[in-house]
Amino acid sequence: MAQVRVTVDGVNYADDVEPRMLLVQYLREKLGKTGTLIGCDTSNCGACTVHLNGRSVKSCSVLAVQADGGEVLTIEGLARDGELHPVQKAFNECHGLQCGYCTPGMIMAAVDLLGDNPDPDENEVREGIEGNLCRCTGYQNIVRSVQRAAQMMKPGSAVPAESAAPVAGGN
Amino acid sequence: MTTTAEPTTELGKARTRKEDARLITGRTRYTDSITPHGTLHMHVVRSPLAHARINGVDKSAAEAAPGVVGVYTAADLGVDAVGLPCAWPITPDMKSPQRPLLATSTVHFAGEGVAVVVARTAAEARDAGDLVEIDYDPLEPVLDMEAALADGATLVHPDLGTNENATWVFDSGAAGTGGSVDEAISAAEADPDSVVVRRRFRQQRLIPAFMEPRSCVVDPTGEQITVWSATQIPHILRTMTTVTLGVPEAKLRVIAPDVGGGFGGKIGVLPEEMLCVALAQRLHKPVKWTETRSESLLAAHHGRDQIQDITITAKRDGTVTGLDVHLLADMGAYLGLVGPGVPILGAFMFNAIYKIPALKFTCTNVFTTKTLTDAYRGAGRPEATFAIERIMDELAAELGRDPLELREQNWITHEEFPFTTVVGLTYDSGNYEQATQQAKQKFDYDALRREQAERRARGDKVQLGIGISTFTEMCGLAPSRVLGSLAYGAGGWEAASIRMLATGKVEVITGASPHGQGHETAFSQIVADQLGVPFEDVEILHGDTQSSPKGLDTYGSRSLAVGGIAIVKAAEKVVAKAKKLAAHLLEASEDDIEFNAGQFTVRGTDKGKAIQELAFAAFMAHDYPEDMEPSLDADAVYDPENFSFPHGTHLAAIEVDTETGKVNLRNYVCVDDIGTVVNPLIVEGQVHGGLAQGIAQALYEEANYDDQGTLVNGTFVDYTLPSAADLPSFDTAVVSTPATSNPLGVKGVGEAGTIASTPAIVNGVLDAIRHLGVADVEMPTTSQRVWRAIQEAQGRSTQETPVDTHSPGAGLGSIDPNNPQGEVQ
Repeated sequence: MAQVRVTVDGVNYADDVEPRMLLVQYLREKLGKTGTLIGCDTSNCGACTVHLNGRSVKSCSVLAVQADGGEVLTIEGLARDGELHPVQKAFNECHGLQCGYCTPGMIMAAVDLLGDNPDPDENEVREGIEGNLCRCTGYQNIVRSVQRAAQMMKPGSAVPAESAAPVAGGN
Repeated sequence: MTTTAEPTTELGKARTRKEDARLITGRTRYTDSITPHGTLHMHVVRSPLAHARINGVDKSAAEAAPGVVGVYTAADLGVDAVGLPCAWPITPDMKSPQRPLLATSTVHFAGEGVAVVVARTAAEARDAGDLVEIDYDPLEPVLDMEAALADGATLVHPDLGTNENATWVFDSGAAGTGGSVDEAISAAEADPDSVVVRRRFRQQRLIPAFMEPRSCVVDPTGEQITVWSATQIPHILRTMTTVTLGVPEAKLRVIAPDVGGGFGGKIGVLPEEMLCVALAQRLHKPVKWTETRSESLLAAHHGRDQIQDITITAKRDGTVTGLDVHLLADMGAYLGLVGPGVPILGAFMFNAIYKIPALKFTCTNVFTTKTLTDAYRGAGRPEATFAIERIMDELAAELGRDPLELREQNWITHEEFPFTTVVGLTYDSGNYEQATQQAKQKFDYDALRREQAERRARGDKVQLGIGISTFTEMCGLAPSRVLGSLAYGAGGWEAASIRMLATGKVEVITGASPHGQGHETAFSQIVADQLGVPFEDVEILHGDTQSSPKGLDTYGSRSLAVGGIAIVKAAEKVVAKAKKLAAHLLEASEDDIEFNAGQFTVRGTDKGKAIQELAFAAFMAHDYPEDMEPSLDADAVYDPENFSFPHGTHLAAIEVDTETGKVNLRNYVCVDDIGTVVNPLIVEGQVHGGLAQGIAQALYEEANYDDQGTLVNGTFVDYTLPSAADLPSFDTAVVSTPATSNPLGVKGVGEAGTIASTPAIVNGVLDAIRHLGVADVEMPTTSQRVWRAIQEAQGRSTQETPVDTHSPGAGLGSIDPNNPQGEVQ
């Protein structure tokens, strides 16, 4: 067993885990963070995307022990004080989801994308979320959602900047 | 009606979905997220071989592994005599092999389970699974459908004496619904003013690849056995669990919690579900199984996989005179729940929107040692639509006609509805001219034809093709009597209940079980209009046989056209009861009560009661008529009188780089007529997603087996599901000719995009390169295939690709998913 100390969605945890345990298994099985989902076993689908120290990672391709000392933000910690993140709002407004299974990963990937590129054009969004597969939407409304979120997150828009910041650490 | 006007009713309003609130915050409950305390985990040990005799199973090392509760074969569990159900015996003499829960003496496809390990954790079960030693004696795999039917072929199931599952025939001449195709062909062959065009098309094998892997949890603690499953069909699963294992139906509660997509791939009664039930009963503990993605691609049912031999006859003036269809359909190793009927669902769609006077359909289903096939989005109708839309283009090429003009010459005009087709279906409504006109305009058809001519004239290396598909489909499965006439093992009705709560809120129970379609939102809109209550006050309950005891679930674009109408019928009963109570309380005659927007008023007065007040009055029950029960609640079961027939015109602008074979989908326009639109936002989403799947069949996807019957692209690395970067934005619109067969005028939209788009893309690819001498390119039309087709048409030999290399990942187009290891010719 190896020890892992990690902050997930603002809560500190210390656990003994098998060295081979994946971060996504740790989140789901040890912490009950079942909002993060598993869609494949080859790190292609991106359903398990979370933020580790502020950057999006596929939590199936990170060992739990690799997150030791780090801060993890999952879909469950993205909304602040009951206020949805602009990307979450935009996915609802633009019908960016159907079955919802790719959605947690897609949203976390999109938040990170917008951190790097606050005003992506359609192609930049399409390439930016290439690592996240969706079988329901044909991606068109996901692209629209990400672009809508970018508008909402611009300085001076109705959404407060701090709640839009793509940082890890939860509340 | 168009969707641009702002409607005053809920119907037609682009409501954002109420189910999203949970899904965008991770407050979800997919089956794998459910783990009751004390749950044991099941792992299936699967055969790596396609066809093999099992000489022995050595469980000893696995049984001794940490955390292992037990290792079981079918015999160990006493289920070796149990067979999984097939609900559709398409002919009286259909050959139906028993599909076991675990292979006993012989495995029939790679991925079939042979034993299960049950352990404290999923990891321990998998670890121990690697220690189960199975001694196999390999047998000859059966992979090619035509070879499988030949004399002396290795038999998948020797006791059946054949690899033929069944042959199903429809002949319009014999049925009296049209002429004789044999006569039409003879006449055309003898007539210099007629043509006969014969083509062979291949519908490659696809994998539904829903994003949520299949999973189930069976909890035997308590009086009822509770089954959670990632299924499209909780109600059917409950009944079939009783049929399969003998557990009394009333002792079973089946729940489909959040379900992450299905596309037909989650219509099944799974061996794993039945094994979990058997194990939970045996071990008296909850038992859980969740598949990996690789297991899913390998063992969950596949779709399509047909060889289509199509003959069309026509006058030289373009009038179609007959259509002969010969199909071979690969069932895989066993029959799925509705597998043998899937190609038969297509039988009635080959004539599509055309006035074809004679049609014959012959389908032979074949067993092979591959994963079984069953429903995949469209189920039979995409295959049929592909064949007819492709052959219409071939006929146009033969006659030198514009393919759209040729279609118009043969289609049913809007004045001709209702129209009874050559297969005996009555199309109630439609307007192909309207949809086509709008699509042409949005697409700028004439300008693109000009550009195409210019590029051809100057020999541009990038050639332009225009792909056309003017499709229809039959939706709203289905009138029960029709299903009965097809020997289908169930009806096609749907159930709904409405409970008027004391506080005026409304609970609606539907038997249609959603997995991403937005039932909760769309049904709430319908109920809000029907009862005159706020959208927010309606709660939709579904997917749990305890709260929603009656239903036939979600597939075949039936939820709205059948399930939605059941809700309307229940609402009508609520209104009738409320009217009676209102008349009593308002001391008026029932005939004088008017109902509008939630208010029951006495005609000509300002006296009235809101439906919420009446719900409260019924709850209090202090004062109500003698001849009524104190309740406004109502149930309804709706059996549709007819299918519905959405249609549309889809146009694709396809660029083909003739030097590399690369296909670029430049623009895609579709105008769909899906009847009355409940929620345009949801409709648009369904069309987008449908298009993506249909386009993926044309361009990207195929399940490939090697010569030993091994699935060679059974991971998401190799099975090329398109990403956002592989698809363009689509230009979609709807028009509406309301259905006349139901009170809302709805038709269904879930499968339209998938059914329509595949032939549009392939027709476009061929339209770009036909003038170079290319006659056909099989799907998926990868760069390599297109390039080879061009080279061969130009009489150039193509260099062999070394078998041990493939192009490094430079986008999907550069790897031929049909042959990831390269093609030797």
